[in-house]
Amino acid sequence: MAVETLTPAEGGAGLGSGRGRILSSLRHNPLGIAGGIMLLVVVLAALLAPILAPYPPTEVHFDTPFQRPLTEGFPLGTDDLGRDVLSRLLFGIQTSLQVGVLSVLLAVVIGTPLGLLAGYSRGFDAVISRLTDVTLAFPFLIIAVGLAAISGPSLGNAAIALGIAQIPTMIRVVRGETLRIKESDFVLGARTMDASPAWIMLRHVLPNATSAIIVQATVIMPVAVIGEALLSFLGLGIQPPTPSLGIMLSDAQQYIFRAPSAAIFPGLAIAAICLAFNLFGDALRDAFDPTDTTRK
Amino acid sequence: MLQDAENILEVTDLEVGFGGTPVLHRISFSMRRGERVAIVGQSGSGKSTAIGAILRLLPGSGRITQGSIVLGGGTTRGEVEDLATASEPVMRAIRGERIGLVPQDPMSNLNPAMRIGAQVADALVANRTTEGKPDRAQIRSQAVALLAEAGIPDAERRYGQYPHEFSGGMRQRVLIAIALAGKPELLIADEPTSALDVTVQRQILNHLQSLVDARGTSLLFVTHDLGLAADRTDRIIVMSEGRIVEVGTPREILLDPQQEYTRQLVAAAPSVAAALGAGTLADPTPGVPAPAAARSILVVENLVKEFALRGQRGSSIRAVDNVSFEVERGTTMAVVGESGSGKTTVARIILGLETASSGRALIDGESLTTTRGAQRRALRRKVQPVFQDPYGSLDPTYSIERLIDEPLRIFGVGSRSSRQDRVAELLDQVALPRTVAQRRPNELSGGQRQRVAIARALALEPELLICDEAVSALDVLVQDQILTLLADLQDRLGLTYLFITHDLSVVRQIAHSVVVMRSGIVEENGTVDEVFNHPTADYTRELLGAIPGAAFAA
Repeated sequence: MAVETLTPAEGGAGLGSGRGRILSSLRHNPLGIAGGIMLLVVVLAALLAPILAPYPPTEVHFDTPFQRPLTEGFPLGTDDLGRDVLSRLLFGIQTSLQVGVLSVLLAVVIGTPLGLLAGYSRGFDAVISRLTDVTLAFPFLIIAVGLAAISGPSLGNAAIALGIAQIPTMIRVVRGETLRIKESDFVLGARTMDASPAWIMLRHVLPNATSAIIVQATVIMPVAVIGEALLSFLGLGIQPPTPSLGIMLSDAQQYIFRAPSAAIFPGLAIAAICLAFNLFGDALRDAFDPTDTTRK
Repeated sequence: MLQDAENILEVTDLEVGFGGTPVLHRISFSMRRGERVAIVGQSGSGKSTAIGAILRLLPGSGRITQGSIVLGGGTTRGEVEDLATASEPVMRAIRGERIGLVPQDPMSNLNPAMRIGAQVADALVANRTTEGKPDRAQIRSQAVALLAEAGIPDAERRYGQYPHEFSGGMRQRVLIAIALAGKPELLIADEPTSALDVTVQRQILNHLQSLVDARGTSLLFVTHDLGLAADRTDRIIVMSEGRIVEVGTPREILLDPQQEYTRQLVAAAPSVAAALGAGTLADPTPGVPAPAAARSILVVENLVKEFALRGQRGSSIRAVDNVSFEVERGTTMAVVGESGSGKTTVARIILGLETASSGRALIDGESLTTTRGAQRRALRRKVQPVFQDPYGSLDPTYSIERLIDEPLRIFGVGSRSSRQDRVAELLDQVALPRTVAQRRPNELSGGQRQRVAIARALALEPELLICDEAVSALDVLVQDQILTLLADLQDRLGLTYLFITHDLSVVRQIAHSVVVMRSGIVEENGTVDEVFNHPTADYTRELLGAIPGAAFAA
């Protein structure tokens, strides 16, 4: 609690500046740094896939199927059709990340405002919560099948189906936080200053709910990546031969004993993506959480 | 091992550290059999750590690093033990059976899903000395007897009730019954009544005292209230920052304190100060009131608030019943009452957070509940609240600058840089360094937070501050500082305060006039001198009598 640890004064009245607080908190969290680096590697791998991949992901080499890793020309081996696992992996990460990020965005962007409204106003709550219950009663596979039937199976539709499936839980999380926060004294204080409901929701409730939203988003992310695998396996998501981590996994099942490496590497990639998001998400939550005193 | 066979407890050179940081520094004290000893100190003084060490229930990484805690052998059972080194099974036998604990918070220390009687019976079974299968009927009758002894009326019937059906005072009685279940020779009471109203507090402590006296139990009483300690014990140990500052009889400590810290504590202890009739911060007769200022700023007229009872259509309770009073500009009006007296509801109606069922609360002739638009905004700026809990009333995600700035932004006052200047000015006014501006509330102490809350309330230059228990969550020394700050601000800015409190001693310190409320009704209304020196209502007399430390008024 020493005064000396403060940032140097910048403001006109000598009040200092609050900028850089979250960044500096992230910098001091070793696990967060590790997560950030992993995330960076995964994202770079996805972005640079066309440059890094030795072959096009769909190119088949019928003369060299089931190659072991570290074979000449195929660093991670090949699958049943002789396609290069490394190339497919890089492009697979690209599609999986797209699906994951899109569906998380969808869940956050739609779920958060609805959750805030439901938590803040009883009238909205009755409508939103009942709709949430209905959506939860629908297996998301049916939504995915419906979407695929209407506009054909594609990456975008898979992401939308996965995102919609996660909206109800997001609404519930945000609604619960809102219910808790709106009873607090500082919201009462804001009301005595005639702050509008929008002011209270956006400036008091939302910032205090951020950590819960981030945690929920990092939970959704891996679910979406794995959900994409499921949808693709059923032919409702990404269409072969386009590679995705899910398709690679489900393909590799058939010859798991002949070429385990074809299943191990996409599995590891999924694990790495989930771990990166979880670690980074945790660090982000701690950075946003003002009541956390363990940093520094 | 015991230096004196008459001692029940001897603590010698006790040191306790939390993860390498020492928090108790070689404290030594002893208690004689049947003696009542108080440990007085503010939060962080180490008093709770000391009893944690005695019971060997230190939280987290707490360890006894040095010293001994010798418990005298029981007259009927038990050996002389050094609690600092005793094994866990030995400690389990000692806890409850030889040392009983009455914990602080009656709300969270009872299992809400378990019947009261079963919880007492549990304690009886756990402390059973004889082997063999417990006789359920016998345990039950013992538990009922204990509850009745602890002062629970109709114990047989209430045996089967759940904690939520009990009031705070009744729950505390249950906790006392549980603590006495093992017939301990030493009873440790950790702030047993700080969550309770003063009149309830008095009943409970009277009862506890008679129980303890009848059984010849020694009592170690931990409290932050010097007046309470003086009233209830034979000897007071004053602790600060993990050290024992002074030990003496109540008379010695209160009337002839030897140490500087004790002197500060005595001066700041509101109950003692009130009883001694000294230390009033507010000038009881405000100078020469300017003619314009003589007008009442706040007029409460026949205010009634009824709440509908849930689940019972048509029936309602009157939280506020025909309350009327006036507050003169530039003075401090205290509204005193116990929990449930309706004092907070009055404050909420004045602040426009609740609407009155009938009657009016007028600020400069206008009411927040009926005005609209620009008129209401103008009125809003005249009245601002300071809440009780400085931990809950400040948004933890905001920096101090943003917190103080918020009312200005809501009302769209000034430009960015002029608001910054204003924040700096406000920080100066509440005597906070400008360097705290970028901190978050959780990095500040309770007193500092309450200063921030005051600065925030002052940002819009209000004329009336509604302080709802604004100092009751703070330690006495800090409480004293905040009250001084409020008095000082009143002098400089001509503010009017409506001070909602349950603590009559604080009233004496700060207020000019008082409204005493009970069950929604105004029992008495007058100047501080009238009410304190010539109370007309019985209830006021009862309240005044319940102020601890009153015995030392002479």
